[in-house]
Amino acid sequence: MSQRYEIRFSGAGGQGLILAGVIMAEAASIYDGKQAVQSQSYGPEARGGASKSEVIVSDSMIDYPKATVVDALLALTQEAADKYSHDLKEGGVLLIDSDLVKNIPKGNFNTVAFPIINTAKNEVGREIVANIVALGAMVALTGVVTKDGAEKAVLARVPEAFMELNKKAFQLGYEKAIAARA
Amino acid sequence: MAKKVAFLQGNEAAAQGALYAGCTFFGGYPITPSTEVAEVMSVELPKIGGKFIQMEDEIGAMASIIGASLTGAKVLTATSGPGLSLKQELIGYACIAETPCVIVNVMRGGPSTGMPTGPSQSDVMSAKWGTHGDHPAICLTPASVQELFEETVRAFNLAEKYRTPVMIMPDEIVAHMRERIVFPEPGELEVINRTAPSVSPAEYKPYDTSFGDVPPLAAFGTDYRFHVTGLNKGQDGFPTTKAAWVQDEEERQVRKVEGNVDDIVQFEEYELADAEVAIVAFGSTSRSARFAVNEARKQGIKAGLFRIKTFWPFPEKQIAALAGKVKAFITPEMNLGMCTGEVKRCAEGKAPVHGIFRVDGEPINPGQILEKIKEVK
Repeated sequence: MSQRYEIRFSGAGGQGLILAGVIMAEAASIYDGKQAVQSQSYGPEARGGASKSEVIVSDSMIDYPKATVVDALLALTQEAADKYSHDLKEGGVLLIDSDLVKNIPKGNFNTVAFPIINTAKNEVGREIVANIVALGAMVALTGVVTKDGAEKAVLARVPEAFMELNKKAFQLGYEKAIAARA
Repeated sequence: MAKKVAFLQGNEAAAQGALYAGCTFFGGYPITPSTEVAEVMSVELPKIGGKFIQMEDEIGAMASIIGASLTGAKVLTATSGPGLSLKQELIGYACIAETPCVIVNVMRGGPSTGMPTGPSQSDVMSAKWGTHGDHPAICLTPASVQELFEETVRAFNLAEKYRTPVMIMPDEIVAHMRERIVFPEPGELEVINRTAPSVSPAEYKPYDTSFGDVPPLAAFGTDYRFHVTGLNKGQDGFPTTKAAWVQDEEERQVRKVEGNVDDIVQFEEYELADAEVAIVAFGSTSRSARFAVNEARKQGIKAGLFRIKTFWPFPEKQIAALAGKVKAFITPEMNLGMCTGEVKRCAEGKAPVHGIFRVDGEPINPGQILEKIKEVK
């Protein structure tokens, strides 16, 4: 991989995107033995408002902890897609929720779209795991962390009773992203 | 055995560092973006028989840690700009009463309520001049999660060693970002405890300078009794207005820090040996600067970084020496020129100082610094 890989998870406050970023970074840092930094930016609201979580993954020391040129962007809302796609690099990965982002950001991106929140709600059974569906998809599309490492990182964060739910969410996100890309 | 590794937020690392240093009391009034320090302490302190108290406000929180410190405990509070303003009166009290304590202040936008979730570096002057009167000031500005852990341990060491408040000021980015941390084993980092009195309770004086500039501090709740006040005090702790004594006392209190700068001041030099442009930066901004230095070097520009780890006392002689060697300084900071002013003071006109200031709640990015390097090289 190249020296520095930048991933941004964006959407609305309360969607669990900061946690999705944290898990991705834990997968890289704890399970895959790479360097990783996770940072976030959010408004004063507890729910709503544009929110982003950034993860930098590298083989060597990471100095600047925020994104410079984004390699992969997830946008779960139109507001986030509008606000946070300006520095996505040419040829970068753009993952959007096809129900919620109707105006697809213009640019030469590898755009992948599927109904992320609906997948969580109707196929996994709980809307609350939409962030894990999205995480599974980002793991598949970026290849920056191993699937195994990411799954371990997810399960390390979840209480026993919700293991299966999250496993399913992660797997479905992973599969749907690959299918949607093809 | 392999060392314990975790992926932690800066604030969590500060709390863990405090526990490593032996902190057993936290008094606070939670405020964004420092709340996680209080959260971790509220969970961990009861497990080790320590005490966590959420006070009625920031002033009460500061008062509680001074009181707890006087019982012999290592004490911590955590706050952000608006809370720091409220604590200032009692920070002065801790200075004159010579009570060891550690204050984590996570820098967010100001003044007043400002931008609660936005990063800033605009409290560094409050760390020195926020409370009135001449007083010692120690302020540490770490730049990573690992360093926030280690510097919190050092903050406790300096507080106990010099009987004075110590501030540790991560900006919001350092406090909220997550990185891998390797926990030091017990005993791996130095932990300093305050000197206990060697005399009997009857002979004890809390400010007995025959023991040196930092007199031993007894613990309330033992057989030792003494008086504590915010007034200028004599050796016995009772108020005095004796002119010659007060002059000596004031000078001694400041000398505890200013006379030990080599013990207190820490910094990091990166690519400075042949540098023509020196960037002076601290906290998360120093990480942008390091990125910019690497980019500049790739383009054949001799840039280097002086990273401030100890903001107060300011690394005066190091900056002064650098001023005689470089063509220009660049001082990026998330405020309107606080560090820049100090660098100018130390440089004494020997090299121009170009500030990059940002107060819009966004970090200074490496591109901005690189542009300035090219402009002034």
